[in-house]
Amino acid sequence: MMNLLRLLGGRTGSAPVARERLQILLAHERGLRGQPDLLGLLRAEILAVVSRHVKLDPEKVIVRMDRGENVSTLEVDIEVPNGSERSIAAAAI
Amino acid sequence: MAKVLVVTSGKGGVGKTTSTAALGAALAQMGEKVVVIDFDVGLRNLDLVMGAERRVVFDLINVVQGVAKLQQALIRDKRLDNLWLLPASQTRDKDALTDEGVRNVIADLRTKFDWILCDSPAGIERGATLAMRYADAAVIVTNPEVSSVRDSDRIIGMLDSKTVRAEKGERVEKHVLITRYDSARATRGEMLSIEDILEILATPLLGIIPESQDVLRASNVGSPVTLNNADSMPARAYIDAARRLAGESVTMVVPVERKSLINRLLRRRAA
Repeated sequence: MMNLLRLLGGRTGSAPVARERLQILLAHERGLRGQPDLLGLLRAEILAVVSRHVKLDPEKVIVRMDRGENVSTLEVDIEVPNGSERSIAAAAI
Repeated sequence: MAKVLVVTSGKGGVGKTTSTAALGAALAQMGEKVVVIDFDVGLRNLDLVMGAERRVVFDLINVVQGVAKLQQALIRDKRLDNLWLLPASQTRDKDALTDEGVRNVIADLRTKFDWILCDSPAGIERGATLAMRYADAAVIVTNPEVSSVRDSDRIIGMLDSKTVRAEKGERVEKHVLITRYDSARATRGEMLSIEDILEILATPLLGIIPESQDVLRASNVGSPVTLNNADSMPARAYIDAARRLAGESVTMVVPVERKSLINRLLRRRAA
C-alpha cells in the first residue's frame, strides 16, 4: 500500500512510519505499566544464583532485551574472572 | 462548583505554560473566576507569560509552608479582574511541595474560584504528580511528534492511577490539546495527523492550536495570546477550547494557514 501511494503520489511523508512505531511501542509499554522492572529483577536473581558458585563483579553482569514484533531475545552477558575455578574449588571445600 | 484542571504533558517544551495562560484568560474572558497555579517550583515561568513577573512577592511554597496567607500570594491580573495567578517559588526545589500542603491550598481555592488551573512541570516526578493529584479534569498538551505522543500516553496512564479521583474509583475527565500543529506539513504526511494522535491516545480532542508567530509574540510581551490578539488563529482555537471545557459544544475547526501566492514565492526564495 505504501509503495502504491509512493508510485501514485510521487512521495509520501514519514508520518505513517511514526504512527506504526508508536503503536508497537505503546502496546508494549502499556503492558508493562505497574509491573516490576523485569530486567532489573532478572539481573538481580541471575547475579545471586551465579555468585553462589563463582566470585563475580556485579558490574559485569549485563542483561539486555531486544524486542521483536513476534519474538524477543534475552541476552545475558556475565564476565567470569580468570581463576574463578579456584574459588569454585574453595567453595566446594 | 469549582473545577480543578491540570495542564500536563510529560514532555517539556510542548506548550503547557502557554496553554495554561491562554485557557485561563479565555475562561476569565467568559466571566468565570479563574486562578492559574504554577507548579514548576524552581523553574517558574507562568508569571512571565502572564506578565506578572515583577509583582511576585509570596508564592505557592510560602503558602504550603504557612509562611504567607493565600490572599497575600495571589496576584490579580491587570487586564482581567477575575483572573488570578498563584506563582511558584524560584528559589526552592520541588521537594518543598508536600501532598498535604497542596491538598489544603487546593481545598481553599475551591471555595473562592470557579476554575483552578494547575500548570504542571515537565517530567513525572513530584511536581508533576502533585500538580495532577487533586485534578477533576486534565488537559494533555501534545505536539504531533513521536516523543510527545509517547509521553502523553504515559501521563494518561498516571492520570488513571495516581490521582485522588482514580484512587477513589472515579474518573479524571481527560482532553487532548494538540499544539504547534502545522496543517501544510500534516497534509504532506510529514507530521502525525490529528486522527493518528487521537487513535493512539484514545482520548477526546479539546482543540488544535496552530503553530504561529502570535504565540511567541504574546509571550514576548507577557500577555496570554487570547488577550494579546483575540482574533489570531491560536487565540481563536484556545477560546473554542475553553468553551468546550465549560461544556459548550463548539464545532472543531482544523486550523489551515492561508498563504497568499506572494508569501509562498517569498518563502520559496528564502528557503
